[in-house]
Amino acid sequence: MSDTATLTDGRLLEVRDLSKYFGNVIALQDVSMFVRPGEVTCLLGDNGAGKSTLIKTLSGVHKPSAGEYLFEGELVEFNSPREALAMGIATVYQDLAMIPLMSIWRNFFLGSEPTKGVPPIRRFDIDHAKDVTREEMAKMGIDIRDPDQPVGTLSGGERQSVAIARAVYFGARVLILDEPTASLGVKQAGVVLKYILQAKKRGIGVIFITHNPHHAYPVGDHFVILRRGQVSGDYTKEEIPLEQLVSMMAGGADLEALSHELQSAAVEEHDEALAALAHDVEEVGGDHRE
Amino acid sequence: MTETDRKEVEETRQEAAPADERVRQVGLGARLAGKPAIGAVLAVIIVWVLFAVVAFDNNFVSMATTAAILNRAAPLGILAVAVALLMIGGEFDLSVGSVLGFSGMAIMVLVSPSAAGGLALPLGLALLIALGLAVLAGFLNGVLVQTTKLPSFIITLGGLFVFRGLAIAIPRTMTNRTQLGGFDDIPGSGAVTDVFGASIGLGGANFDISILWWVAFAVSAALVLGRTRFGNWIFGVGGDQDASRNVGVPVSGLKVALFIFTAFAAFSVALIQVSGTGTADSLRGTLIELQAIIAAVVGGVLLTGGYGSVVGAALGALVFSMVQQGIIVTGIDGDWFQVFVGGILVLAVIFNNAIRKRAQRR
Repeated sequence: MSDTATLTDGRLLEVRDLSKYFGNVIALQDVSMFVRPGEVTCLLGDNGAGKSTLIKTLSGVHKPSAGEYLFEGELVEFNSPREALAMGIATVYQDLAMIPLMSIWRNFFLGSEPTKGVPPIRRFDIDHAKDVTREEMAKMGIDIRDPDQPVGTLSGGERQSVAIARAVYFGARVLILDEPTASLGVKQAGVVLKYILQAKKRGIGVIFITHNPHHAYPVGDHFVILRRGQVSGDYTKEEIPLEQLVSMMAGGADLEALSHELQSAAVEEHDEALAALAHDVEEVGGDHRE
Repeated sequence: MTETDRKEVEETRQEAAPADERVRQVGLGARLAGKPAIGAVLAVIIVWVLFAVVAFDNNFVSMATTAAILNRAAPLGILAVAVALLMIGGEFDLSVGSVLGFSGMAIMVLVSPSAAGGLALPLGLALLIALGLAVLAGFLNGVLVQTTKLPSFIITLGGLFVFRGLAIAIPRTMTNRTQLGGFDDIPGSGAVTDVFGASIGLGGANFDISILWWVAFAVSAALVLGRTRFGNWIFGVGGDQDASRNVGVPVSGLKVALFIFTAFAAFSVALIQVSGTGTADSLRGTLIELQAIIAAVVGGVLLTGGYGSVVGAALGALVFSMVQQGIIVTGIDGDWFQVFVGGILVLAVIFNNAIRKRAQRR
């Protein structure tokens, strides 16, 4: 990325001392965070920490009450999610990502349908849409069975993956993922984590919101911990071992158990990426034991 | 390894491992079950065969009965197509029958001679104004639903009474009547009747030209729904309004357009009926809004939106009309008609729900 050099410290998206008030409620107070291209910034926090408010502010739903929002080093202000999307800031919401009754290809292109022909016989280029859907999913390493099947027949992890693939295809430069692994089983979560790594490899800045440090650690480069509307910790991966990250979060599942689960899922599925993930998780645990 | 060996290996491999082990070769039946219109197609066949057997001696299988069925189905079918699009987009329009009655009266009041209390406008201008009023009715429905965020069921229920009331009150005030005739005496009405209200003799029976309009509505709406970006938006908005808005679909504009289209369909049917019969009646179209919803549901349209077929809805109107005509020719007391229609509606919903679930499970 040649234009990376022009960004302050390579920061693609950054907020400085961002605050958001709803009447007398302080939802966010002086929050600062950033993401670089090809990196994953994990936003961790328990319920009520202000994660949702921060995402909605980043994605253009809310306007900040105070503080600066910079994209590519420039101050920006968004009046709607569409404006943010137009600049390449795509948000994938946990439940609002897909329309279950519609086929995969119809979902993939909803709102951005390719057309062919001239008016009045301009029509949705269906063959192209189906081909692109299949190709793009394959690029993300997702092998879809049949682009005609309704999204409702996909698993939760697959639905998130389609939404991520769609955002990437339509030129997302920053991908904001709202709890993509919540309410997913271990194996499904592993699938989604794999696509986060894929997006990262393609040079996209990923902001990964989660309350699960075990999901954040294997893919994250940077960890921002929110507590009661404020940043209570900001670390690079080198600065913080997983165990400390876990202990900074309230509760959390056992690391080795997760690694174990991932490993067995990987063996069962002959999935190398999953196995690598499990290995990562295990290594982290191992480092820590030593 | 010789060439034949290799071929053999290749063949066995193909047999052993299909391209993707998760894609099952599904039979034609299962694939058809995935189409929303399949219920309507089956219903058309079943109902026709049923009456063909039961009412064979009463000439159910004849040109005359077929013409009567199609002539009855056409106006309902035109409305059902528009209502189906709107329902797939996630909204209802209960005012469609009243707008129909209102449009017919509007046409007649505008063209009737001054002596009869009418405005004596030239036919072309009168039709344009009546069309404009219908479009305005649809626009108001749509805008009210979008701005108040109230269920369209309630807003258009209000519209049902308002437009029916206007269809009665305005003509009564101006002409002192609620039935107006004499369309055929208006200069230029012949050409309008030729296009919208004429009948074509075929095999000793008269087929209304509106049957062609019914087909045209169904085909063009099906193409729009299935093959354009506007159609994709209709599915999206009906499936999940917020998710669609998030990806940039102009939700409000789309819904207002769909309400305008149902009003346009109501105007079209009004024009067909006025030119076909030469008269307008304030009460025309009463209850047809519910019949159109039944036709759409029989045609596989989901009441909650986001799923369905306009061809199915057009065929749903055919089922409705076959039952009506079948009961007449069989000589069963017409009082039983509503019992049959209600039964068919419930059966159709149960059936469509079952196949939709099966299709999704695959």
